[in-house]
Amino acid sequence: MTKDDFWQGVRGGFPVMVSAAPFGALFGALAVDNGFSVFDAVFMSATVYAGASQMVGLELFGHNVQPWLIVLSIFAVNFRHILYSASIARHIRHFSGLQKFFAFFLLVDPQYAETEKRAERGEPVTFAWYLGFGMIIYLPWQIMTLLGAIFGQMIGDPKAIGLDVLLPIYFMGLVLGFRKRDNWLPVVAVSSLASIAAMRFVGSPWHVSIGAIAGILLAACMPLSKRHEEPVTLEHEV
Amino acid sequence: MDNAEHMQLIYVILTAAVATFLTRIGGYVMITQMKRIPPRMEAALNAVPAAVLSTLVAPAFLSGGWDVAVAMLVALVIGLRFSSLWMLLAGWLVVMAIRHLLV
Repeated sequence: MTKDDFWQGVRGGFPVMVSAAPFGALFGALAVDNGFSVFDAVFMSATVYAGASQMVGLELFGHNVQPWLIVLSIFAVNFRHILYSASIARHIRHFSGLQKFFAFFLLVDPQYAETEKRAERGEPVTFAWYLGFGMIIYLPWQIMTLLGAIFGQMIGDPKAIGLDVLLPIYFMGLVLGFRKRDNWLPVVAVSSLASIAAMRFVGSPWHVSIGAIAGILLAACMPLSKRHEEPVTLEHEV
Repeated sequence: MDNAEHMQLIYVILTAAVATFLTRIGGYVMITQMKRIPPRMEAALNAVPAAVLSTLVAPAFLSGGWDVAVAMLVALVIGLRFSSLWMLLAGWLVVMAIRHLLV
């Protein structure tokens, strides 16, 4: 029974793993390009285990941004997980303390989405299923990071093979992923303009925090909408 | 990167890992403690990812060179309809075409 649940989880997570794999390799390659060693890249994938925020972290590290701001940015990008853990709390109440620890550690976007769907279908959210689903994403994520980092080390000029264009486009994809949220366009416009202005007049890395604060303040001052949306899930993302 | 810088990177990664874990357990802890987040704060928190990420996109668009800017524009159009894997592929093809065929 437990074994069946585990393999059911593995099968369920397989497509997620396939779609996340290129991003794992991309992270590894770009990490090395931004001054990480192969070890650093895998270390980050294994401990942080949140693709988008890992990309943000290495981009900021490459720009010599202050350490506290790097951590804060990673925290901010991962902030949505708070909503996930609040929402799946009712489905994993029967897990033991240690099982909960692992469950929260593995709580990436697709893990959250599938757990909710499974609970909605009335199927039992067992720890075996949860772990199977999590492991088939977690372990390949490390392997792909390693392969990407090793491959990235062999690249002489990242521009010659177009690596430099991938990170900004990846971030643009993430920005677009949030476009159903309230005030999305004004926030993006204000943060973009403020960051460009700050880049010119204050300098890097301050353009990140100044631009971000401008957009966040705007959102806090905008008229409040009645509806409260579900968090947007980025399905490809680990 | 020298040794001190490398140690700093390791600390940054470890702190980021703890911070990320806190976001993953935070909602669970909060829901057992707190009733509600104030709506203005919720609106601000909602805006955080788009606000932070925009600051990584916009300057790159201006300072990356015209080839990067064209690639980003193409990727933006693709991204309105397709997943980000297609955006990356399209942007990469455009920048490679410009660099190796045109220039």
